[in-house]
Amino acid sequence: MVKRVVASIFAVMASSLSFVSLASSERSDLNLPVGVTDISQKVYDLHMTIFYICIAIGVAVFGVMLWAMVFHRKSRGVKAANFHESLKVEVAWTIVPFFILIGMAVPATKTLFEMEDASESDISIVVTGSQWKWHYKYLDDDIEFYSLMSTPMEQIQNKWVKGDTYLLEVDKPLVIPTNRKVRFLMTSDDVIHSWWVPDFAVKKDANPGFINEAWTRVNEPGIYRGQCAELCGKDHGFMPVVVKALPPEEFDEWMAQQKALKAAAAAEEARLLAMNMSFEELMKEGEAAYMGYCAACHQANGAGLPGVFPSLINSPITLGDVNGHIDIVVNGKKGTAMQAFAKQMSLKQIAAVVTYERNAWGINSGDLVQPKDVHQFINQGE
Amino acid sequence: MNSVTSTQDTAAHESDHGHDSHHAHHGPAKGIKRWLYTTNHKDIGTLYLWFAFIMFLTGGAMAMVIRAELFQPGLQIVEPHFFNQMTTVHGLIMVFGAVMPAFTGLANWMIPMMIGAPDMALPRMNNLSFWILPFAFLILLASLFVEGGGPAFGWTFYAPLSTTYSGDSTALFVFSVHIMGISSIMGAINVIVTIWNMRAPGMTWLKMPLFVWTWLITAFLLIAVMPVLAGAVTMVLTDKFFGTSFFDAAGGGDPVMFQHIFWFFGHPEVYIMILPAFGIISTIVPTFSRKKLFGYTSMVYATVSIAGLSFVVWAHHMFTTGMPVYAELFFMYCTMLISVPTGVKVFNWVATMWRGAISYEVPMLFSLAFIVLFTFGGFSGLMLAITPVDFQYHDTYFVVAHFHYVLVTGAIFSLIAAAYYWLPKWTGVMYDVGLAKLHFLVFTYFR
Repeated sequence: MVKRVVASIFAVMASSLSFVSLASSERSDLNLPVGVTDISQKVYDLHMTIFYICIAIGVAVFGVMLWAMVFHRKSRGVKAANFHESLKVEVAWTIVPFFILIGMAVPATKTLFEMEDASESDISIVVTGSQWKWHYKYLDDDIEFYSLMSTPMEQIQNKWVKGDTYLLEVDKPLVIPTNRKVRFLMTSDDVIHSWWVPDFAVKKDANPGFINEAWTRVNEPGIYRGQCAELCGKDHGFMPVVVKALPPEEFDEWMAQQKALKAAAAAEEARLLAMNMSFEELMKEGEAAYMGYCAACHQANGAGLPGVFPSLINSPITLGDVNGHIDIVVNGKKGTAMQAFAKQMSLKQIAAVVTYERNAWGINSGDLVQPKDVHQFINQGE
Repeated sequence: MNSVTSTQDTAAHESDHGHDSHHAHHGPAKGIKRWLYTTNHKDIGTLYLWFAFIMFLTGGAMAMVIRAELFQPGLQIVEPHFFNQMTTVHGLIMVFGAVMPAFTGLANWMIPMMIGAPDMALPRMNNLSFWILPFAFLILLASLFVEGGGPAFGWTFYAPLSTTYSGDSTALFVFSVHIMGISSIMGAINVIVTIWNMRAPGMTWLKMPLFVWTWLITAFLLIAVMPVLAGAVTMVLTDKFFGTSFFDAAGGGDPVMFQHIFWFFGHPEVYIMILPAFGIISTIVPTFSRKKLFGYTSMVYATVSIAGLSFVVWAHHMFTTGMPVYAELFFMYCTMLISVPTGVKVFNWVATMWRGAISYEVPMLFSLAFIVLFTFGGFSGLMLAITPVDFQYHDTYFVVAHFHYVLVTGAIFSLIAAAYYWLPKWTGVMYDVGLAKLHFLVFTYFR
């Protein structure tokens, strides 16, 4: 009996040891990733050190306990001893853990100071969370964009087979250079979000109205995935973080490309202001934009979620004055989850979405809103 | 039986007799009125325990919904908005509806018997503190059925998700938490007054059973922090409905201040849920090891130090919120320190078993499982305390696993152990040991 117990305990220990050795050699689904930065390596080492210390304490404590459970059984006919209280033992088991703790605190303190020192960075990026997407703005280059989850709803609803990066893929990843100190400035438009990339060991809350700092220096080019790590409402699970780390030269190329694209988009906007789009064009564009920006709350059928997100059918907004409708899309509604979309969507998209919302789901008002109308609305306010 | 438990038993027997003769003269009311009007500590203890059991099943059913949905990726059974309501209400029910009332039930049953008092000091308040509880949870559960659903912002209800961005049912949530808080405070006052004033002659402070000690300290924690929670929910209420800006930066407030206030309540709260468990284990382990508790006084001191430290560690829940590095260091060191008195407790239990004559009755089985699994919770807690690593663990399933180790295999296991330990005393009937051992196997296997 005793032999069997001891044998099975060794079996369990052996299997857990083999798991540990696997975990340290390659990426495991079970253990913390080592990551691709010096900091993440240090964090991983700290994690493993403390884990091993805990195992050692556990083996000692549970070993003594198991010994007592097996050999100091009443059914073996033992008589209970009568000792209790021993100042020496009690002082020892207070002092020894204290020194073990100091041993842990020293490397932890060093690493923490390094992690919290975001000074002398090479590039700065403002990371803004909003329900439920991330916005990135390169402070020095005047480039900014939203990053939306690109996993199709069909995969989430189990209609299609799920991809390898299910829920961890976006339309436009954040691009950063390797071997450069990148500083992130976190903030939020609405509730508290938290920007987390496990491979960088960076997790920082994005608080509305406040700015937090974090930094990373990535050693290896690659695509790194993370998630929002602070419950931020209904679609908290659907706002992944994807970061593409490029060698510095490729990063500069990419940045130049972005600037060219931005100039082209501005030219396109200017062209749109001069012309009228057809109803079909607006509806098609509008449906796409609606699904991307609006359907998370107002739902694909426009009915919203009663008590949480208002319906757009029979709504004073979609049935009322066109300018009121444009206003709420452009400026949002203070004190509610309705965001200001002026900066998130192009003039064309706003015009199309308003047109779509006034003609979909059986509303059929026949109202047409052109990009120039939206442009006029925005500029009259100024 | 060793000396500690036999003194308890004698005291308990005396009070039992006192009670029986008391009842013979007057007799309790019959039927439902007996339970509605009762001022008898045992009746109220029974009510608390049954209520906690019902809430445990309710919260457990929600956990089943959560686990069923998470069984495989993709949306299967529930929508994300309802899923968030389930996690929120599961948490609130388990903390305020199951674990806390269950410990209060045990306190009602055992404290007067253990200290040789005829009843709790404030019997009518005792009745009131129980009977407002069902209403609190009716309100909370009803909120699931109003338009827009119940609270969906997590049991920690971080602003501004719980203010500007929450549904109208937030008002119901706030009032229900208020009632729970009032109930807890009344229960705590009753425990303190009873222990302070009604100990049998000769029962000095350092002769009190450890369960009484741990509850006394718990009661002080409750009185200290429940008003803080009440303040937090009230600010959420006024922020949402009356235009204040406690947690809104646009009005000069600070959303992170909410977390400071909440966790100033929240961290002592977790010790409120585990200290009485320490008391229970410290009662059961010596009994079935047939040996005196190794270090009674050091156990008392350890409990007091854990309670004291619980007030200076709250921000370890908030390392990622962007604190100054020196604040992070302070909270990291204080948090690590907690493992010292907690370790003292575990070492004490093991030393009590050492060279005892151990037998494995059902309460002992649950207690041993408690010691091992709670220690796992302690280890993961120590790992979480290390700030740089916490950045990785924070808000992941690592944390969820940590507090379920300490709450389920800690608090809940100790409650089950206590129930098996004292049920024969309460009812005069021994349970079916075979079934009880099956219960143990099933529970430890599926923990």
